[in-house]
Amino acid sequence: MPDLSFPLLPANVQGWFRSRGWAPHPHQLAMVEAAVTGGSALLIAPTGGGKTLAGFLPSLIDLAERPREGLHTLYISPLKALAVDIQRNLEEPVAEMRLPIRTETRTGDTPESKRRRQRANPPQILMTTPESLALMIAYADAATIFRHLRCVIVDELHALAGTKRGDLLALGLARLARLAPLARRVGLSATVAEPARLLAWLSKTGHADGGDVRLVTGRAGASAEVEILTTRERLPWSGRMAMHALKEVYQRIRAHRTTLVFVNTRAQAELVFQELWRLNDDTLPIALHHGSLAAEQRRKVEAAMAAGKLRAVVATSSLDLGIDWAAVDLVVQIGAPKGASRLVQRIGRANHRLDEPSRALLVPANRFEVLECRAALDAVAAMSLDGERPRPGGLDVLAQHMLGMACAEPFRPDDLYDEVVCAAPYAGLARDEFDDVLDFVATGGYALGNYERFHRLTLREDGRMAVAGPAVARQYRMNVGTITQEAMLRVRLSRGPVLGEVEEHFIQGLTPGDTFVFAGQLLKFLGIREMEAQVAKGGTGEPKVPAYAGGRLPLTTALADRVRAMLADPVQWPGLPEDVQEWLRLQRWRSVLPARDGLLVESFPKAGKRFLVVYAFEGRNAHQTLGMLLTRRMERMGCGPLGFVATDYVLAVWSLRTPKDMDGLFDQDMLGDDLEAWMDESSMLRRTFRNVALITGVIDRRHPGQEKSGRQVTFSSDLIYDVLRKHDPGHVLLRATRADAAGGLTDVRRLSDFLVRVKGRITHKDLDRISPLAVPVILEIGRERVDGSATDELLEQAAADLVAEAMPELDSPRDEPRDAQGRLTL
Amino acid sequence: MTLRGAALAPDPSGALVWPAERTLVVADLHLEKGSAFAARGRMLPPYDTRATLGRLADLVERLAPERVICLGDSFHDRRAASRMEAGDVARLRDLTGRVADWLWVTGNHDPEPPEGFGGRILDELALGPLTFRHEAVPGAVGELSGHLHPVAAVLVPGRRVRERCFAFDGGKLILPAFGAFAGGLNVLDPAVSGLLAARFEVHLLARGKVHRFPRSRLSPDKA
Repeated sequence: MPDLSFPLLPANVQGWFRSRGWAPHPHQLAMVEAAVTGGSALLIAPTGGGKTLAGFLPSLIDLAERPREGLHTLYISPLKALAVDIQRNLEEPVAEMRLPIRTETRTGDTPESKRRRQRANPPQILMTTPESLALMIAYADAATIFRHLRCVIVDELHALAGTKRGDLLALGLARLARLAPLARRVGLSATVAEPARLLAWLSKTGHADGGDVRLVTGRAGASAEVEILTTRERLPWSGRMAMHALKEVYQRIRAHRTTLVFVNTRAQAELVFQELWRLNDDTLPIALHHGSLAAEQRRKVEAAMAAGKLRAVVATSSLDLGIDWAAVDLVVQIGAPKGASRLVQRIGRANHRLDEPSRALLVPANRFEVLECRAALDAVAAMSLDGERPRPGGLDVLAQHMLGMACAEPFRPDDLYDEVVCAAPYAGLARDEFDDVLDFVATGGYALGNYERFHRLTLREDGRMAVAGPAVARQYRMNVGTITQEAMLRVRLSRGPVLGEVEEHFIQGLTPGDTFVFAGQLLKFLGIREMEAQVAKGGTGEPKVPAYAGGRLPLTTALADRVRAMLADPVQWPGLPEDVQEWLRLQRWRSVLPARDGLLVESFPKAGKRFLVVYAFEGRNAHQTLGMLLTRRMERMGCGPLGFVATDYVLAVWSLRTPKDMDGLFDQDMLGDDLEAWMDESSMLRRTFRNVALITGVIDRRHPGQEKSGRQVTFSSDLIYDVLRKHDPGHVLLRATRADAAGGLTDVRRLSDFLVRVKGRITHKDLDRISPLAVPVILEIGRERVDGSATDELLEQAAADLVAEAMPELDSPRDEPRDAQGRLTL
Repeated sequence: MTLRGAALAPDPSGALVWPAERTLVVADLHLEKGSAFAARGRMLPPYDTRATLGRLADLVERLAPERVICLGDSFHDRRAASRMEAGDVARLRDLTGRVADWLWVTGNHDPEPPEGFGGRILDELALGPLTFRHEAVPGAVGELSGHLHPVAAVLVPGRRVRERCFAFDGGKLILPAFGAFAGGLNVLDPAVSGLLAARFEVHLLARGKVHRFPRSRLSPDKA
């Protein structure tokens, strides 16, 4: 046994390590050392390195040496389940070290009575979520609750920073820094490309060079053994389900103890799970885990997994975070990982003992994904992870926080501004932007200032802003949080349990009798009763798979760059499967390969139309936006665009004529008026606006069980959006919406970088027929949603189909006098 | 659409045109709905009145009707007029002044529409073969009403289009809400469909056009 004297650790803590036969990891000791000086610390370490214990150890030591009452340490996790899990895991060492410490959780699921008790008599260590923290600091007694606070631990910081939940939490921490100036911050993160961003996030100054956060890096584990499945089957041209490879995946599952099978979307999870069970001749225990399953189901799977009762779990990113599975000895990634960081985190789920290498198998679903998997592997080997540009904090989140702070106690705007800019996402917030948001919170902030009478905040004589009444505070508490999603319907087995939730619009597309796949089962849709979709087991006919919104992440910039480099450089090809090499050689012969820094555009005729294929490699969202803008411009050029389809790699547009001037077609000025005009009309903007309206409390969240039955007039955020953009286009709600969309669904930022990069470097190949590289995207047509002037046509088509079956007892519309625009005249 | 021999035309704006009578019909303007919410702490934009009146003014300009019938719930509540911004008050006065006969039919939101905006106030109106009232009366024929804010949803490949609509069964016509902030109720909800004959049709307002669909093609919102 090694010498176990660690001067920083008190005897009972040392004894505990010794009783386990463990020695503290160097990074655990470094975290303790950092705490001695009272400073904050960021620990970046792979999963399984005793990271959580490293975070808590300084608090345990402090409380062991100076036992006391009052809330000492606040632990914040992005997942409720993780908070609960960590609390359970921590109780063990606390009991074994015989420390006088109470640990409790507080989440949306905590009963009101317990929450009240926690405010009156808090435990020393409290595990919670960003939303619950927001609620706690908005109470008038927040100063009392947090006055003894010494430490705030933020777990999975890499998953929170850069999101709206992260913004909300950063603002909450800024407030805690005022309530408890002595509290240090501890961030726990998986390996990231740019630790400086997380250092800034954690710093009380909001800047990376604040100097108040110490960076501790855990020892990297043994490097992973990762393999790309070289299938014996022929590699598919397109598609994302990788059905061709599942037989081989099943063989691997048989050959390992426990396998985690990661997929990218919930729909993929359902299909892969179905297919694995079809192949499961040995009836191995294989389970399914994704975010739409009922929480109870998920807990069951997690428990069975922890108990070592499962041979495989098919999972989405719902398992990306946290919870430990020591028994996993193989991780399978079906479909391309879309980002190198994500791949590292997923691979890290295998073999949590750092001395054994993780084993992972990548299963590309099509030819482009082979390139992407190879690029991701190279990136992991080179330790070059995806660094995405930080986005500034959301103004909608700031508005919500301001209202919460007014609920806690009246504030002076100057003081709140000084506090808010200490949160990294808001470090660059201009004062007039802050004032606009405050004005919005107080009176709506509309240019037509006739709402002065209806304020939510009032300016008192002492210069402080206060909430206008208890109703405002109630409204705030009902609407706190930044997670907005499409309305979900519960799926219930007829006279049985709830299986989970699916998007309302998916259910609306079903008619009773339809078959669909959910929770790993073939289900028959019976109908909707009492806000639940009633289903029965079994079902016949072609199943529909729930189409979940937002399930797919776009390819990261760094990975896209590697894919381009690989395509352009035949020296790198020999590592690729023969199918893929042959495909690339054919492309070089029939057309050209896309250059690394330029842009290849191909045009060719097919089925009486002209196709334009753009090899941009900028991810689906940016391609979608590019498609909208190109079709607008082609319309003006008289090319008669008909539609387009976007994948992560390329964009295909079809039209009546091919545009001649490629430089003009891709000119950056498309990001000017065209973009503005399109953004305003775009359904993505409407969706984004709805989220902003929910977060700012302009419209109410619907709470479960609150929906009125029977007659229900729904008030849509679209109505507000339309009126606002026409009459107050500069309003802060619209600014928040555009900022969100630019980085998210429309990816305008990335598109703009792309247009700059390819300017003057466009190669246009006019071909007499389709090129090999274009085949995959052309095959996507019909599978992917096609955009263009489609909705109009589809509606007219649908309406025209129906003229024949129109009801005979009704007169058909007469010819009314109409003007040149087809409008009625009197 | 022909209702008791009267040829009626739905306009993409959500208004109904009766060419033979040079009459324009709109339902459920809900003026000052935004400020009614703001008074309760929900800061909706204050531009709904301006937006609604603007669209109505465009119609009056384009069609130059001799008569305009507002089918009730023109004002969101009793205090709507007192909250209305001066510019909007002037806009509305100007608008009613440009039409020879402006009729305010009363609704449940405005049983006593404010005075001073011009026009005549009526609980109900019979004009030729047609009756105009706010809430449909079960069984009544040749009736035009509002109140229910009908919307309909149609599934077309790849998406679901949900928009305001006229609901028509040959005997009754229910108009969509014209107001900028007026939400909608699916016509398949019993509150709407229960008033109509089993086989009704809708005229859906989508992207500046009117599309006609039979009931069989419509998609419910939820049970």
